[in-house]
Amino acid sequence: MSTPVDPGQRHPAAQPPELDPVVLSALGLSVWYGQTQALRDITIAIPRNKITALIGPSGCGKSTLLRCFNRMNDLIQGARMGGEIRFDGDVISGDIDAVVLRRRIGMVFQKPNPFPKNIYNNVAWGARINGYRGDMDELVERSLRRAALWDEVKNKLHRPGLDLSGGQQQRLCIARTLAVEPEVILMDEPCSALDPISTARVEDLMDDLKNDYTIVIVTHNMQQARRVSDLTACLMLDDAGQDGHRTGILAEFSPTDILFTNPKDPRTEAYITGRIG
Amino acid sequence: MTSAESRFHPDRAARRLVGPIFGAACLAATCTGVLALVILLGAIVAAALQGPPHNPWYALGPNLRELAGLVQKLALGVQSSNPARAGYRVGLAGSLWLLGLVAVVGIPIGVGAGVFLEEYAPPGRLRRIVQTNIANLAGVPSIVYGILGLALFVRAFGVKAVALGPTLLAGVLTLSLLILPIVVITTQEALRAVPRSLRQAALALGATRWQMIRDHVLPSALPGIMTGTILGLSRAIGETAPLLMVGAAGSLLQAPKGPLDRYSALPVEIYNYAKEPDTRFQMVAAGGILILVALLLTMNAAAIVIRNRFRRYD
Repeated sequence: MSTPVDPGQRHPAAQPPELDPVVLSALGLSVWYGQTQALRDITIAIPRNKITALIGPSGCGKSTLLRCFNRMNDLIQGARMGGEIRFDGDVISGDIDAVVLRRRIGMVFQKPNPFPKNIYNNVAWGARINGYRGDMDELVERSLRRAALWDEVKNKLHRPGLDLSGGQQQRLCIARTLAVEPEVILMDEPCSALDPISTARVEDLMDDLKNDYTIVIVTHNMQQARRVSDLTACLMLDDAGQDGHRTGILAEFSPTDILFTNPKDPRTEAYITGRIG
Repeated sequence: MTSAESRFHPDRAARRLVGPIFGAACLAATCTGVLALVILLGAIVAAALQGPPHNPWYALGPNLRELAGLVQKLALGVQSSNPARAGYRVGLAGSLWLLGLVAVVGIPIGVGAGVFLEEYAPPGRLRRIVQTNIANLAGVPSIVYGILGLALFVRAFGVKAVALGPTLLAGVLTLSLLILPIVVITTQEALRAVPRSLRQAALALGATRWQMIRDHVLPSALPGIMTGTILGLSRAIGETAPLLMVGAAGSLLQAPKGPLDRYSALPVEIYNYAKEPDTRFQMVAAGGILILVALLLTMNAAAIVIRNRFRRYD
């Protein structure tokens, strides 16, 4: 494993404020969908065991950035990536086996998407296909406990996962992700389909999980970013080019309390105070 | 306010009228089909009411028994110049052979092609061309498949060593070709209906494409695929024209014992009985149609049951 290049050395703006070990970093990352550029020159270093929130107006490429980290963007036809992404020091933006990467960088989606299987198999499937050689019952229980769902489902593990409520389904999806023992969990607006009580439970869960995992969360909800995250990256759209298309750029990346109380970038300030967005 | 009123001409009466007119036109279209059915049923009921017993259901029990006896006699009898003894045993056996072998040959190829086109083939011009052609093949008249089967399987373009002749296998391959487009298209549609979120969930856990397809996509698409294949098979079993082209025998006294035997099929035998000048053979043909319809209805019912049984992802 090579020594991680600290992107902060080249791009002072992206320097994570505390000098935590960086687990995931993008260096001059650009993304195109066909001829359309979605992200330009994103440089960001995400520290281990912290919650990093990605905020910004619609269409600024938050989800695109998130999906670059586990190469889910590869599935979109015509998506191209320039620049570099490193995970634990290894370059993961080139020609790598995304299947191996995705076990180590899990993902929770916007809309809860349990498998049409029972609760037990929802959790066990990912471990099984990755060749887990341990006590499966124990792993399922541990994952469900970790996702704060065990007490609600321990007596109905063989009921369909889709019979659960929306909030429970989302925690089931988190349990499913935990079962393959990832190092990073990417969350793409995980609460946008949930009611406030379910949202609070997921947020509590995230706070609990950050001791063992690194979490990157995309959210539209600035209060949520403030509540849960340690660091916040605010993405923005640049000024329209000649074709009228606007590309996503990173406006500011700071500790959450600083970004929301004393933003350095005027665009960030305009966004968090609700003047644009 | 006044200026807005002068600029908009709501014409509410006319707008409200258009809807019901369109609805009525659609209703009329529906009624055309229903009307044919009502007239048919009405004619049967009227005929029953004219019979001597006052209660039209009076004779239903014994008549049913008689009908069942007739169908049994038809199913067990073989080709005969005596209409009282003629039956469909050979054709029925031939049709069941065809059904089984087409299922074995045609369905794996059709489902496989559908999975490849939908899940593996890189999108682009080539895929679009193949796709369009398969869709067009689904509309090709069956007699054309018969001619194709004759040239390709029965005669093998004159290469005697591989020519199958008018054997059961030639019929099976021809019918398999015939149902391929239907099976491919329904398979693709069933796969396309699998939600993207399900695929993403599997891939995000570190599944390979094959693991995703095997454990999530195929199970989820299975009811649709099975419905399509059963409907394809019912089409195969009802076909007459291509089988006539590839040499299904009209009069045969022996059911086939293997794929290289000569064979006949139910619709081919019905066709032959219906051609007979002796009107009593028309009764035999009608009986054969009953058997064929019963077979087809059973298969379509199976398709519906399968679709409902497995529909658990909604």
